[in-house]
Amino acid sequence: MKQPSSHIKTLQIDGQDVGANQDETILEVARENGIYIPTLCEIEGLSPHGGCRLCLVEVKGVNKLLPACVTHVQEGMEVFTNSPRLQEYRRTILELIFSEGNHICAVCVVNGRCDLQALATKLGMTHVSVPYLYPRRSVDASHDRFALDRNRCILCTRCVRVCDEIEGAHTWDVSGRGVQAHVVTDLNTPWGDSDTCTSCGKCVNVCPTGALFEKGKAVAEMSKKRGFLPYLTQMREKRSK
Amino acid sequence: MARQITIEPVTRAEGHGKVTIFLDDDGYVRDAQFHVTQIRGFEKFCEGRPFYEMPSLMARICGICPVSHLVASAKACDQLMAVQIPETAEYLRRVMNLAQLIQSHALSFFHLASPDFLLGLDSDPATRNIFGLMQSHPNIARDGIMLRKFGQQIIELLGGKRIHPGWIVPGGVSEPLSVDKRDTILAMLPEAMAAIQRTLDWFKRTFDQYPEEIRTFANFPSLFMGLTNDKGELVHYEGRLRFVDATGKIVADQIEAEDYQKYIGEAVEPYSFLKFPYYKPMGYPEGIYRVGPLARLNLINFVGTPLADAEWAEFRELGRGAVLSSFHYHCARLIEILNGIERIEHILNKSDILDKNVRAYADPNRLEGVGISEAPRGTLIHHYRINEDGIITYANLIIATGHNNLAMNRGVLQVAKHFVKGDQLQEGMLNRVEAVIRAYDPCLSCSTHAVGQMPLHVELVNRDGRVVDELTR
Repeated sequence: MKQPSSHIKTLQIDGQDVGANQDETILEVARENGIYIPTLCEIEGLSPHGGCRLCLVEVKGVNKLLPACVTHVQEGMEVFTNSPRLQEYRRTILELIFSEGNHICAVCVVNGRCDLQALATKLGMTHVSVPYLYPRRSVDASHDRFALDRNRCILCTRCVRVCDEIEGAHTWDVSGRGVQAHVVTDLNTPWGDSDTCTSCGKCVNVCPTGALFEKGKAVAEMSKKRGFLPYLTQMREKRSK
Repeated sequence: MARQITIEPVTRAEGHGKVTIFLDDDGYVRDAQFHVTQIRGFEKFCEGRPFYEMPSLMARICGICPVSHLVASAKACDQLMAVQIPETAEYLRRVMNLAQLIQSHALSFFHLASPDFLLGLDSDPATRNIFGLMQSHPNIARDGIMLRKFGQQIIELLGGKRIHPGWIVPGGVSEPLSVDKRDTILAMLPEAMAAIQRTLDWFKRTFDQYPEEIRTFANFPSLFMGLTNDKGELVHYEGRLRFVDATGKIVADQIEAEDYQKYIGEAVEPYSFLKFPYYKPMGYPEGIYRVGPLARLNLINFVGTPLADAEWAEFRELGRGAVLSSFHYHCARLIEILNGIERIEHILNKSDILDKNVRAYADPNRLEGVGISEAPRGTLIHHYRINEDGIITYANLIIATGHNNLAMNRGVLQVAKHFVKGDQLQEGMLNRVEAVIRAYDPCLSCSTHAVGQMPLHVELVNRDGRVVDELTR
């Protein structure tokens, strides 16, 4: 009888038997098998970041919760993706995100098309039970075509990753620590003065919220086009082979 | 013993307000003040925002007339972009502005003011409201609710939702009009037209019942201000500012939006959060002027639509020169609804109303812009300054209710002097004080850029500030 390849791992997700390559993450396997795990900082085509913690899952025998986007599968793992505890934690994470910035959906360019807003609706976040911080944050509208509203930034670093990994410009970075952390262009110069920015707009399109947007868009008018990302990744991989 | 009466909050108006009436030693009214007791801070917290966001941000000032703010704000933004918006876009903005005017006037007249006429100024306050009206005068209540719905439905058809539609944007509107939507609106017109004509016929016949109110409801000489075009027509979207005096004579005309500060000053009083705009050439507080439907009908040369023109001719007979009693704001509102319905029909039948070119695009080309429109309650001014990146650095708003502030105070004093006497407070006399405020249909939440309702609380206070009598409902 043919033995299964050692590259293939078998595990259970929410009671369902699944098979996976050993280099796959729990998130990837769950998606292949039609099991939903919420994500926010993750986006197909970019390296995982593990920052938002919305994809946390429970693994039997492990005391802490593990982020599904960066945890690789292991033989015999028993994963739970949607326990009441996880649901509660995820809603709390969203509440903390909303309370940390100034998210005013009603006057936002991506109202109705926002990943954060959609996730809050999907996960049943109806209230914010922690106090709002109302931070004083600035808008950088110095770029000709795009603007950055730090009030709406959730530090998912999608812009940082797409600029570095796909465009190769590495204009974006995160500066500061804790609640002071914020995205900057170049060495914290206004975006419009950036020497490295190619104005390609990839950062704007991967941004999950209205933090990065095209100038001239009124409320609820901005939609993000993301089809380019898996396509570009695929084409580049082909070329490097 | 000198005393003070406070009416707080004032009911059946939009927002929070209170009235203080000062009595002298003999119990006669010495002075009266109308206070707006809320502050909201829109002018300040919009600083630092991209100008493109302003129409929708400013529309949040009000849930009753968000469209008025959208229009004035978008006009200011058009100026910042230095664009001339496509003609079709302008017509579409006008339709939405008129729909807004109709629904707001219907709210003011039927829901807020008409219980006073139909149920009586001295009737039980528990039923002196739209619900009491539905029981005693179901047909009139139905017409009112229908007219409000008519306006709101047009707004929804054009902008996607009834309150805070995002459709009016800097440079025009976000979506052209479809054939279906135009035809739906046109089909709604006859019912609305029949309702407003019925209401006008009935309301004009009731004037005889209120001789005292007409004579004393803020009936005094003042200036009137509003927009009109170079022909002197009744307009609500386009045109320039005109001031007329109490005799109807033009004192300033064709004032460009950007020159408003040459003519309008803003004074501050410690007893109210609402500023006191005044006509600069006459100084403060002599430069008292009124805005809104009464002012508009007083300052125009003609209305411009046949049925409303006929009503207007009759209306102007109510006074020599300008019509001075603020009681007639109500009638002016009805004539404007009639005009609005006629105009919407006229605009929607234009051949290029379905044109797809409805938006101009541009970066900011000017650092300062002023947008003026006629809101249901009167002239609305939005004035913005931006930096070179298009970020708001300064905003000044003068809301219709603000322009009327001096006049409302004067009106409250006049009606209080006539109806409030002695040391016993009676429901009917207090309601007359409120009713004069209601005639202006003030939107107090807009005017101080605040949210809430106006319940009623009256205090009688003596010279030492001690409360000697109190009435609450």
